[in-house]
Amino acid sequence: MEFTLRVWRQAGPTAQGRLETYRATDIDSDMSILEMLDKVNLDLIKEGIEPIAFESDCREGICGMCGLAIDGVPHGKEKGTTTCELRMRHFTDGQTITIEPFRAGCFPVIKDLIVDRTVMDRIIQAGGYVSVRSGSQPDANTIPVAKKDQEESMDAAECIGCGACAAACPNGSLMLFVGSKVSHLVKMPQGQLEAARRVKNMTRVMRQEGSGNCSNHYECQAVCPKEIDVKFIARLNREFLKALPKEADEG
Amino acid sequence: MILDGKVPAGPLAEKWDRHKFKGLKLINPANKRKYRIIVVGTGLAGASAAASLAELGYYVDAFCYQESPRRAHSIGAQGGINAAKNYQNDGDSVYRLFYDTIKGGDFRSREANVYRLAMISNAIIDLCVAQGIPFTREYGGLLANRSFGGAQVSRTFYCRGQTGQQLLLGAYQAMQRQVREGRVAVYGRREMVDLVLIDGEAKGILARNLVSGELEAYAADAVVLATGGYSTVFNLSTNAVGSNVGAAMRAFRKGAYFANPCFTQIHPTCIPFSGYYQSKLTLMSESLRNDGRVWVPKQKDDSRDPNDIPESDRDYFLERKYPSFGNLAPRDIASRAAKEVCDEGRGVGPTKYAVYLDFEEAFNRLGSRTMDERYGNLFEMYRQITDEDVFTEKRMRIYPSPHYTMGGLWVDYNLQSNISGLFVLGEANFSDHGANRLGASALMQGLADGYFIIPYTIANYLAETTPGKVDASHQEFTRSRQEIEERNRKLLSIQGGKTAHELRIELGNTMWENVGMARSRETLSQALEDIAAVREEFWSNLRVPGGADTLNQQLEQAWRLAESIDFAEVMARDALHRDESCGGHFRIEHQTEEGEAKRNDAEYAYVAAWEFKGDGQIPEMHTEPLEFEEVALTTRSYK
Repeated sequence: MEFTLRVWRQAGPTAQGRLETYRATDIDSDMSILEMLDKVNLDLIKEGIEPIAFESDCREGICGMCGLAIDGVPHGKEKGTTTCELRMRHFTDGQTITIEPFRAGCFPVIKDLIVDRTVMDRIIQAGGYVSVRSGSQPDANTIPVAKKDQEESMDAAECIGCGACAAACPNGSLMLFVGSKVSHLVKMPQGQLEAARRVKNMTRVMRQEGSGNCSNHYECQAVCPKEIDVKFIARLNREFLKALPKEADEG
Repeated sequence: MILDGKVPAGPLAEKWDRHKFKGLKLINPANKRKYRIIVVGTGLAGASAAASLAELGYYVDAFCYQESPRRAHSIGAQGGINAAKNYQNDGDSVYRLFYDTIKGGDFRSREANVYRLAMISNAIIDLCVAQGIPFTREYGGLLANRSFGGAQVSRTFYCRGQTGQQLLLGAYQAMQRQVREGRVAVYGRREMVDLVLIDGEAKGILARNLVSGELEAYAADAVVLATGGYSTVFNLSTNAVGSNVGAAMRAFRKGAYFANPCFTQIHPTCIPFSGYYQSKLTLMSESLRNDGRVWVPKQKDDSRDPNDIPESDRDYFLERKYPSFGNLAPRDIASRAAKEVCDEGRGVGPTKYAVYLDFEEAFNRLGSRTMDERYGNLFEMYRQITDEDVFTEKRMRIYPSPHYTMGGLWVDYNLQSNISGLFVLGEANFSDHGANRLGASALMQGLADGYFIIPYTIANYLAETTPGKVDASHQEFTRSRQEIEERNRKLLSIQGGKTAHELRIELGNTMWENVGMARSRETLSQALEDIAAVREEFWSNLRVPGGADTLNQQLEQAWRLAESIDFAEVMARDALHRDESCGGHFRIEHQTEEGEAKRNDAEYAYVAAWEFKGDGQIPEMHTEPLEFEEVALTTRSYK
C-alpha cells in the first residue's frame, strides 16, 4: 500500500508548527500505523530529513504512551483501539492521512507529535490512591466485595491514562480520566473512606491545570481506546456533590 | 572466584525472620530522613520500592525513561499473580509454591530466596487488595483464582486480563501519594546512562534528560536498579520497544556481575511473526491455556482449513506428550514442543511457524458469555492484530516469543550486587526463577522485592554509611559526564549508511536463530561471530541524525543498541559455557531420548556471574555454587 501523509512538525514547545507532506511507500496492510511511521522515518533518515518524533512503548494498547490524532480523531476512527493497535488495513490504498499530536490546553507539545501529559500524574498525586502503607494490610478476603461492584470498579480502572478523552473534548476536559479513577476507587470498600477528600482534591487540581468541564458531548467515550463509559463522569459529579458539604480535609 | 550469596543460617522456613532480627540492622525513624535513595525504573519492582522506602521516611529520587512512571512495561503483564493463599482449599501452601518454583526453574535458583518469595506472596495480595485493586471475585464476594502453567493448584489472582496494569497502577498510586508527601521526586523522560561509584560504592547516576539532551548528575546514599530484562536483544519480543538492558550494562561496566545471562524465557502463546517492519510480538496470556488446546495437523504441509481437519488428523501434542499437565506444561517445555512440530513442517498459517490454540471445546463447555468474560480482551486484541475473530473461528494461531529473562545482575540474599550500595530488584536481578520462570511469578517477585524485601535489607547497608556523604559536584560525576559526552559524540560522528533500527533487526535475527529456543556449540559460535560483525558495522556504518543536545530518539535507539550488542556477547558466551540443558536454556547436545532438557548437576549446579574486563576483553566468570538443603534434585517431569 501507499499513502500520502500530512504530518505535524514542530521543533519545540514554542516553535511554530506546520503540516509537512511525506510519502509512505511499500506498506503492508498488517502493519500498525506506528510501524508505518517507523518505516517512513527510515526513509527520511536516508534522505537526510529529520525523522518524525513520536512516542510509543508497549505497542499493544496498554501503556498509554502513543497518542496521535489521525484525520482529526485521537487514536483514529477505529473504535476501541490505541494508535499503536491501529492497522493499515483500515485505510484505503493511496489515501491521504493527516497525523497530528493530541491537542488539548493541558497537553503542551514537546516536539512534533509528542505532548506533555504529566498533568495526569499531578491529578493522581492529589488523591488518586488509597492511603495504605506497605505492612498495614489486613487479609485479602477480610472484606467481601460484591462481584457487580468489583466489575464496575474494573470497568473504570481499565483507563490507560492516554489522554484521548481530553484531546477529543471541545472543552479539553480530563473528566473521563478523573471520573474513572474516582469511580474505580469509590466502588471498592477500601477506597470509600477517603472518597470526599479524594474527589475534592483531584477535581481542584484538574481545574487548576486548565482542564475544562464536561458539557455532555460524549466525544471522550467515542475515542476512548478502552471504551470507558461517560457514566463515570456522572459518578464523578455525584461524588463531587456528595463531598461538597464535608470539610475540605475530611476523610 | 566463588561468590557468597550470604544466605542466612537456620532452617529454610525460619531464615528470613531470623535474618530480619539478627542479620539486618535498623535505622531509627528520625535518621531515615537523612538518607536519599535513587531508584531507576518504575515498574512493579521500582514503583513498589520507591513507595515503600518513602513510607519509611527515606527520600527517594525515581527515574524512568517514559514520560510517567505509570507507563513502565509491567503494565503489559496480563495473566496474574501467584500467592500461596490456599483459598481454593486445593492443597496449596507456602511450601508447595516454593517447591513448584524451584522445580519450574529446573533447580537453578537459590533455595532461600525462593522460599522467602513464597512466604511473602500472601502479604502482596493482602496489600494489593487494601490498595483497592479490583481483583476478579466470585459471586460470594471473595477472591477468584485460576491456574497457570507448572502448577496443579489454582493460586493465581487476576484482574481480568490486565493484572499487570492494575498492580502497577496500585504501586504507582502509592508512589504518587509519596510524591504528594514530598518524599518521592519523579524524574520522567530520563535515561540512566552511567552508574557513578565513589570509593567503590554506588553513590549516584548520570541521566540523560531525553527532552533537553542534557546530562544530569544525581547523587544519593544508595542506588536501586529495577530496570527490567533484556528480551529486546532478540529485537522482536513481548517487551516494550523501549525496554532495554542499558542500565544493567552500565552497572556491569562498573564492575557489577551479570548472572546467568543465557537464561531467557520464550513464551509459548504469542501472536506469530508477520513482517520485517513489525515492532513487537504480542503476548496472548498463558491463562488461555486453561481452556485452549494446542494442536497441529498430524501430516506435514496440511493446508486444509482447520475446520476441515477431523479430530483423527490432529495432533494435540502437549496433551499427548504431557498427559498430567497437558496444555498447562511449563513455558519452556510448551515453547520447545511448538518449535519442534513446526521444524517438522507441521506448522500452520502463512509462515508455517505457528500452531493452533483451539477453544472449540471450551466454547461448547462454557458458552460465549463466559468465554467473553474470561478472555474477551485477549480475543479483541487478537482481532485487532490479525483481523480474525476468535468468537467465530473458535481458535487462534500462536507461536513462542521472547518474553522474560531470568538472568540479571548478580545479587546476594539482601538483593545487593557485588558493588556495595547497588541493589537490584525484579526482572533486573537473577535470583528467584532459575532457568525458567513459572507463569504469574514475575509480578509476585517484582512486588516482593519492592514492597517487602528492599525496605528491610537496604537499611543494613545504609546503617553503615554516613548520609549525604557525596554530592553531584564530586569529580567522579564530572569524569562520567566527559566519558558519556565522548561516547555520544562518537555515535553521532560515524554518519554511515544504516540506522540503529536496521542493525537492531540484524542483531535480533542472529540471537533468535542461534541463541533462541535451541542452542548448540555451532550456533553459539556462529552467534559470537555475527555479534562481532554487527558491532563492527555499528561502530563504522551507523547513522544517527541530529545532535546530542536535543530530543533525539535516534540517538536513544543507538545508545540502547550499543549496550544490547555488548550484552549479546556476554549472553552467547554464557550459553556456550553452560554445556548442559536446563529450563529455558536448551543445548541440543544435551537432551533425553524424549527430547527433554538434560541437566548436568554434577558440573553446572551453580550460578555463573560474569565480570567485565574491559572493551574487547572476554569477561571473567565467577561462580556461586547452588546448595540444595531442602529439595532433592530430580529430573523435571510434567508427564
